[in-house]
Amino acid sequence: MTKNVLEISGMHKSFGGLKVIDDVSFNVSHGSRTALIGPNGAGKTTVFNLLTGVYAIDSGVITVDGEDITHVLPKDRVTAGMSRSFQNIRLMPHLSTVENVILGQHARARKLSSLMFPLGLLPKNDWRLSAEEALDNAGIGTYPGEIVANLPYGVQKRIEVVRALVSQPKLLLLDEPAAGLNEVETNQLQELLEQVSDQGVTILVVEHDMQFVRNLCDHIVVLNFGRKIFEGTPETVHQDPAVLEAYLGTDDEVSEAPHAS
Amino acid sequence: MSGYLESQLIILCLSIIYAYGIFLPAASGQLNLGAAGFITLGAYASAWFNASTGAELPIWLSVFLAMLFTGGIAFLISFPILRTRGVYMVLATFAFAEVVAGIVINVEELGAAAGMPVDGHLDVTVIVPVTIFVILFCFYFMSTRLGVALRSIHDDENVATLFGVNVRAAKVAAFTVGAMLMSLGGSLYGHHYNYIEAQTFNVLLSIYILLYVLMGGTQTAWGPLIGAVFFITVPEAIRGVAESAGIGWLAEGRFMLFGAFIVLLMVFRPEGVMTRTLQDRMSGAILRRKQTSIDDAAVRS
Repeated sequence: MTKNVLEISGMHKSFGGLKVIDDVSFNVSHGSRTALIGPNGAGKTTVFNLLTGVYAIDSGVITVDGEDITHVLPKDRVTAGMSRSFQNIRLMPHLSTVENVILGQHARARKLSSLMFPLGLLPKNDWRLSAEEALDNAGIGTYPGEIVANLPYGVQKRIEVVRALVSQPKLLLLDEPAAGLNEVETNQLQELLEQVSDQGVTILVVEHDMQFVRNLCDHIVVLNFGRKIFEGTPETVHQDPAVLEAYLGTDDEVSEAPHAS
Repeated sequence: MSGYLESQLIILCLSIIYAYGIFLPAASGQLNLGAAGFITLGAYASAWFNASTGAELPIWLSVFLAMLFTGGIAFLISFPILRTRGVYMVLATFAFAEVVAGIVINVEELGAAAGMPVDGHLDVTVIVPVTIFVILFCFYFMSTRLGVALRSIHDDENVATLFGVNVRAAKVAAFTVGAMLMSLGGSLYGHHYNYIEAQTFNVLLSIYILLYVLMGGTQTAWGPLIGAVFFITVPEAIRGVAESAGIGWLAEGRFMLFGAFIVLLMVFRPEGVMTRTLQDRMSGAILRRKQTSIDDAAVRS
């Protein structure tokens, strides 16, 4: 049996009387590329927010690499080995590309001596060089000093992935990384993620682009109205009646697979 | 140096130190209108340490002790104050400064409303080097990982948290270190003029210092320096020019022109004179020039 990097069991979350996440359990095995899909409003991003501690969980248990992180503070979850990107780009607009990546290293540099190290004054220091190298590896080494607000959308999306990666996570959470990207940019992103996966990082991705999901992922979890309705391989997902119903309704005539919505 | 220039230089130096004290929390998005309070604490604490030991204590030591004292107070009040945001933090810090003034005015040992004489004189040969040291320290401080974290908090607190930044601790550190700098400025003021009274450190001073920082820009360590230099020198320069040109009404009403300046500045540079983008553009231009000259040299050889 492969080891699980992430185990979610009995996750519940309500906002007022609305059950947003209702008894969701699934595991993400080590080295896998898992997709979390579902129609709009299914609760995919909420799962991410519960995992990273943006919202407190109502009940249930989350473990990362065997460590129970259900009640760990948000700022300490990244040190448990979990890092994320965001659906809407949330890079720091007033920081340069390389400084955004340096922020991503923060979890590995929380000692006082690391905090007080003058990164900005010394042009060649290990932190800065490793941040530049991470950008180079992702094919975006050309803009290290530029303010991110001025960069193209596709580049910003990839910088978000790089920023999440430099915290050296065991589990990388990506919230719609391909949304709004054109075909070329999507392919570049996929290449980057395959490269990341080959280095042993487990990937959990929320995505609407089914082509992208089929190309990248080996395991799929489907949510609808806060419940898990399917878990299996990309080959079987579009044969599952519950998934078809969630995406397309119950018309018997329809036999198309779920696609980009 | 003439007496007039020297007195202007002292005012400029003190303003720069105060401005950096407000800048450090401002860089993480915290608006602090309590400058007068921290300056009062610094000025009175070092005067008191000095007086209570019969001027036995070396000045640098009483200044240093005053910084520790003010830092301690700032650390304690930072926990309730940093729970507030935006305009509410402005009000909370303003209230703090009023409380400090209220206490000082009512304590006989501190001279109450009559003010307090200060032993031990510090002149321009001490104040200028200390100011330069403060400027260098703040450039260093903002270049550290903590500086990057503070600027991240300014942009997006929640995301900074998710990347492992201890937002509360970073804010407390910036607020406390800033207060210690203002304390240093206040002590230097006391030991230079050798007389302090609480009314000097009023809310107008707090507003001016916050303006230096916001006008200069909170994104880079250049901001408070540019803001303070601009605010101190431009009105004086207008007066100098107007007087020598014989335009009496302009010399008298120089703040009208200056006010118009500020309005224009707010319209065209709402994020302050010195923004990160501008700094990059300037350093980028310099780098490119270097690069082309290197390329030229390579071609020639």
